Amino acid sequence: MTTRILRSLIGGSLTGVGAVVAAGAAHASGMATPWQINLQDAASPVMERVHGFHNMLLVIQISIVVLVLGVLAYIIVRFNSKRNPDPSRTAHNTLLEIVWTAVPIVILVIIAIPSLKLLYYSDRAQDPDMTLKVTAHQWYWSYTYPDHGDFAFDSLPVAAEVLEAGQPRLLTVDNPIVLPIDTTVQVLVTTDDVIHNFAVPSLGLKTDATPGRVNETWVRISKEGTYYGMCSELCGVNHYYMPIQVKAVSKEQFAAWTQEAKEKFAARPAPAVAAAPAQSIQ
Amino acid sequence: MAHGAAAGHGAHAHGEHDPHPTGWKRWVYSTNHKDIGTMYIVLSMIAALLGGLMSWYIRLELAEPGIQFIEDTQFYNVLVTAHGFLMVFFVVMPAMIGGFGNWFVPLMVGAPDMAFPRMNNISFWLTAAGLVLLVMSAFVGGGPGTGWTVYPPLSSIAYHPDAAVDFGILALHVAGAGSILGAINFIVTILNMRSPGMTMHRMPLFAWSILITAFLLLLALPVLAGALTMLLTDRNFGTHFYDPAGGGDPLLWQHLFWFFGHPEVYIIILPAFGIVSQLVSTFSRKPVFGYLGMAYAMSAIGVVGFIVWAHHMYTTGLGVNARAYFTTATLIIAVPTGIKIFSWLATMWDGSIDFKAPMLYAIGFIFLFVVGGVTGVALANAGIDFALHDTYYVVAHFHYVMAIAAIFAMFGGYYYWVGKMTGRQYNEGLAKAQFWLFFIGVNLLFFPQHFLGLAGMPRRIPDYPDVYAGWNMVSSFGALLTMLGTFMFYFIVFHTMRSGKPAEANPWGEGATTLEWTVASPAPFHTHEVQPVISAGDHGHGGHGHGAHPRPAE
Repeated sequence: MTTRILRSLIGGSLTGVGAVVAAGAAHASGMATPWQINLQDAASPVMERVHGFHNMLLVIQISIVVLVLGVLAYIIVRFNSKRNPDPSRTAHNTLLEIVWTAVPIVILVIIAIPSLKLLYYSDRAQDPDMTLKVTAHQWYWSYTYPDHGDFAFDSLPVAAEVLEAGQPRLLTVDNPIVLPIDTTVQVLVTTDDVIHNFAVPSLGLKTDATPGRVNETWVRISKEGTYYGMCSELCGVNHYYMPIQVKAVSKEQFAAWTQEAKEKFAARPAPAVAAAPAQSIQ
Repeated sequence: MAHGAAAGHGAHAHGEHDPHPTGWKRWVYSTNHKDIGTMYIVLSMIAALLGGLMSWYIRLELAEPGIQFIEDTQFYNVLVTAHGFLMVFFVVMPAMIGGFGNWFVPLMVGAPDMAFPRMNNISFWLTAAGLVLLVMSAFVGGGPGTGWTVYPPLSSIAYHPDAAVDFGILALHVAGAGSILGAINFIVTILNMRSPGMTMHRMPLFAWSILITAFLLLLALPVLAGALTMLLTDRNFGTHFYDPAGGGDPLLWQHLFWFFGHPEVYIIILPAFGIVSQLVSTFSRKPVFGYLGMAYAMSAIGVVGFIVWAHHMYTTGLGVNARAYFTTATLIIAVPTGIKIFSWLATMWDGSIDFKAPMLYAIGFIFLFVVGGVTGVALANAGIDFALHDTYYVVAHFHYVMAIAAIFAMFGGYYYWVGKMTGRQYNEGLAKAQFWLFFIGVNLLFFPQHFLGLAGMPRRIPDYPDVYAGWNMVSSFGALLTMLGTFMFYFIVFHTMRSGKPAEANPWGEGATTLEWTVASPAPFHTHEVQPVISAGDHGHGGHGHGAHPRPAE
């Protein structure tokens, strides 16, 4: 364990800077990289806009922090009791107070406009090409393809001991979601027990699976590859071990896969219950 | 402003002769605001040790990927839950409101004690009973592994079948009742028991902050109590408030919880604003800049705090127009908080700043609050929240802006007032070293969590994908420094009690203009034998708390 940490520390420090600049160039960008300091690479139009908006926010955030800390540093150097033994008694300056109320309002308006645009854009799909239904369970997911023969399958996490080379721990599942690229997919999310959350960072997906509700979100994947996510709402003992894996393929490959999947999953009995390596609460 | 020390003199020459019960009766039966304040602070220090040990155990587990220490992941969830409950309800609230509030609100407004001294006693003991129930909940069955948000159905009888969650609910009920009574006490004390001349607009900002906090408590806690009662009956008596199978809705809980929960974060941070305002003014030797703006900015934060709750619920399937409203309302909070930051800077501007330990903590607070504030501006936006919701970005944000910022105000407040409370002054060198250790520790602990969150690492997980190893190790190293800084604080508390130098009535000089510095150190058991009368200052801008001149009545 320790050696792995050391290796990742050393490897990370070498690749860390490069990762920020050129992440995704090498292999599928659907997960974080060691020492990553920013959002995962975008592979959907929503996530691309999130990147754009976040970059703008980052400039504003850093400017505010630098400004305030700069003033603070100047005050510390200039107005300490040694250099400034006689304090002023000024306690009001109406103009100043109006300025520092008005300027933040202007900044907030500058933030709010693109923010609300992004919100309405991301809300739901316009004319979706297909639907994916996601059902959460303690502690695995199942997926239904109502537009391709209504087949369904469970997606269980793969234990660390049986992972193959290149399969990331805690992120790999036996049956990933398969979706075509350049296709607008309406995603319906629900649960049959507690609240879970269906999240895939690089695709800009994060929607609660709430009992008694079907929540709607959407995705249009722009690049082939494998994208990973994790359950993002505390759901019990195996909350950490409830991965989501999305395999994005070309439309042709997807059509071929649905044919296979229809037969493969039709032969299966109804979804198995709690096959995940559950630990009982007690 | 030497009048301060001189003026208070006559008022408590007899302080030492106060008759009061001794031994355990003095404390258990106490109706004295100072003794009750001290008990709150002791309670907070005990709870902080528990909550702190839990968080360091969590960081120990998270230092490396894989599960090394906490094999039972239900226990991990229990730790996460208990850490949150303890820190919010039994560390920050008791220390700031029960502790410093009890001690210094009556002193600052020139009241002889709290308005309802016996109710003050029951407020404290209800809080203590709540702490006992909460600690017991962890030992019942599997413990409550629900997170401090206790979302049903995870918290329902089907998924937490033993009585652990019920213990947790009752802990919050009892502590909440104590807080409501305390809030009523503060409101009545501040509105009715100010000395002649201590008008609302001369009242020190710490008293203002406690007044606004008390109103928030009074309005928010009954909502929590109602929500908890419904959860209790859902669990035990077959109701279906939160169960869709019976026509209920789990989102009802989330709305009610966050209608309480968002004001709750201001309940935590407003007293910190008050303390920091006193510290900045005292150690800059200047009156607070824009006093009225500061008081009304806090009021505005309190009001707006009640209409932004659903920004905790952006991913629940809330309608897009509702999310647009909550985004806009949440962004507005940045305006009054900005006013506070700029006013503190303007108070320091052209001041004569003495960098004693409390002032270091005040400046540290401003730093943390700005960093945590700008990430709050990001999280306010529903359009970007689905990239950040439930990730470590949120963990970093609220620890910066609320949790650690509040702890900084508490440490600053302790060093500022310990002489007044115990009659013994802390060691300046030790306190400064403790500040730097703690400051570096918490930043190393929480800053990398922004990176983890942006990269997509979810909260509340005992194990994580290997790619997140690097920053988690850094964060855990920061936790180690934070732990050492915390232990050093406890040592300083002990050292001050044992061998601190006797404190003067006013150890801070002319910058300390509030009434508590006019009485002896330690403050006598009964503060005012004669009612103080406050007149406006002679600086032309007086009448704003820091220009107030206390003098005993004829």
